[in-house]
Amino acid sequence: MDKGRFGEFGGMYIPETLVSALYELEEAYCRYRDDKEFQAELSGLLKNYAGRPSLLYYAENLTKHAGGAKIYLKREDMNHTGSHKINNVLGQALLAKRMGKTRIIAETGAGQHGVAAATAAALLGLECEVFMGKEDTERQALNVFRMRMLGAKVHTVMSGTMTLKDAVNETMREWSKRVADTHYVLGSVMGPHPFPMMVRDFQSVIGKEIRAQMIETEGCLPDAVVACVGGGSNAIGSFYDFINDRSVRLIGCEAAGRGIDTEKHAASITCGSVGIFHGMKSIFCQDEFGQISPVYSISAGLDYPGIGPEHANLHRTGRAEYVPVTDDEAVDAFQLLTRTEGIIPAIESAHAVSYAVRLAKEMGVGRNIVVCLSGRGDKDVAAIARYKGEDIDD
Amino acid sequence: MIKIAEAFRDTASIAYLMAGDPDLRTSAEYILTAQDAGADLIEIGIPFSDPIAEGEVIQAASMRALRAGTRLDGVFEMVGSIKEKMRVPMVFMTYANPVFVYGYGRFFARCAEVGISGIIIPDMPFEEQTEAKSAASEHGIEVVTLVAPTSSKNRIAEIARTAEGFVYVVSSMGVTGVRNDIATDISTIVNEIKRSTDVPVAIGFGISTPEQAKQFSNIADGVIVGSAIVRIIAQYGTEAKQELHDYIAAMKRGM
Repeated sequence: MDKGRFGEFGGMYIPETLVSALYELEEAYCRYRDDKEFQAELSGLLKNYAGRPSLLYYAENLTKHAGGAKIYLKREDMNHTGSHKINNVLGQALLAKRMGKTRIIAETGAGQHGVAAATAAALLGLECEVFMGKEDTERQALNVFRMRMLGAKVHTVMSGTMTLKDAVNETMREWSKRVADTHYVLGSVMGPHPFPMMVRDFQSVIGKEIRAQMIETEGCLPDAVVACVGGGSNAIGSFYDFINDRSVRLIGCEAAGRGIDTEKHAASITCGSVGIFHGMKSIFCQDEFGQISPVYSISAGLDYPGIGPEHANLHRTGRAEYVPVTDDEAVDAFQLLTRTEGIIPAIESAHAVSYAVRLAKEMGVGRNIVVCLSGRGDKDVAAIARYKGEDIDD
Repeated sequence: MIKIAEAFRDTASIAYLMAGDPDLRTSAEYILTAQDAGADLIEIGIPFSDPIAEGEVIQAASMRALRAGTRLDGVFEMVGSIKEKMRVPMVFMTYANPVFVYGYGRFFARCAEVGISGIIIPDMPFEEQTEAKSAASEHGIEVVTLVAPTSSKNRIAEIARTAEGFVYVVSSMGVTGVRNDIATDISTIVNEIKRSTDVPVAIGFGISTPEQAKQFSNIADGVIVGSAIVRIIAQYGTEAKQELHDYIAAMKRGM
């Protein structure tokens, strides 16, 4: 199948029971993508409900600290619900309504996507059920309660490694049981076609805004765009508009956990190989027999053994670079941004901040780097405290 | 290698079990037990870390097998060790990734060596099968395609026209696992398939009682039982031989 391919990556490797739902989704998406009324409703919600456009903030103190290129932060953390996830969720929830679906289901890792899905469901009058690995419900207990307050039912996933990949497995199983009235709001640029394309389109608003804002403030395009990558939705959203601008370096930061020379990481591109999983051909952390590896990151949102197929292709073609960032580096950057700018980043986004500081020194004065600050860090405060050996009650 | 068609001379009783649950040596014994009890075709599951089409029973078996150290090479060796004793065809059921990562050509060459006749890959639907099918056919391995209650009429016809081995009709929505009540109008689906192909049709997902076996054997050419068998092995471990034999024989008598 050529449709839904990014080079050799992508495709639609999914049980037969779900194939018709994916075709239905593809058809609906392609129709409404070009529908003025749908687009107007979505833009209206993005502006008046989610708070777009998000700010592009010049982090002067952080720039001084790094001592080199200017660092700008794309403030996706300022969106309603606190992350970029809302961009995609509003698009998919509106689409689900147009398709006549009354119920949405979603997987979540850190809980940001689950919270966004529960929020959109509350707004648009949809039933919502969220699947979350047991380990994540523990490290992100606050988000579990937020979702419940918003009226969503949260299912604790006990299978496999009890993290994001297992939450995806369970949501796919649930979708195959009940597909007629249910839309699966997948949270990243992964899974079977049309999800990687559709989620990218909904997230590409980030990069379009970056372009306009950079031209307005600096009069030029950025020299580099840096974003963290789990499945890769905030990254592709930031990169997509710049793919044809070869002067703009695109850099994705993978979770290296305790280090890429240990078994405790989630760095798919740095350490993984090509495989077929979760509906897509892409790059995964796996063993020589194709068993998916248990992965690890301090960040629940990056704790995923694969990466979206478009990223796999950007890596293959050399258009984007992917670098590993460890837990320690991310925690340092979390603290650094908090202290220098008074901005508490999500621990996911802190991976990108960490690399950007390094890159700023390397690139030197006169250059501009944009970091996608994909989410805010309130949810991570307790986990960071635990990491530092302090026990606070969350 | 025994052709899959051999299994469908009469209505076929198809038994599924997970390789390596509780261990590979016992799996070899149970495959022979299933054959002796009257199974006409044996489906051998290759364990995968993330079996998204499976219900809890087969998920658990997959985890037990992996924890017991089951590797793909070991599964090939186990199947090869009983090859000479097999009078009925064996097919693999596994996910796309173990096959892809091993390499299609290398995987299907090994299948042919050890006497495997076909393969079922539930997360590789019709439109993605091309890459596997060309390598499989080179080694005489048939790739079985699934049809679900949600498959459209046109799609069913398309799948049927290029079907190999048998067409696997999924009895109901959702994942594998025992069900008391199967509501899907399966005879309509079977008739749609029969309009486009002479390849036999077997029904699976949720079938566990002799009554269900009888009911579906009136509609289709074969009945697949998986979770119920896996559950017996989960309960009795290495001591499941007698229970397994009695159960498979009773299902066969029911048909």
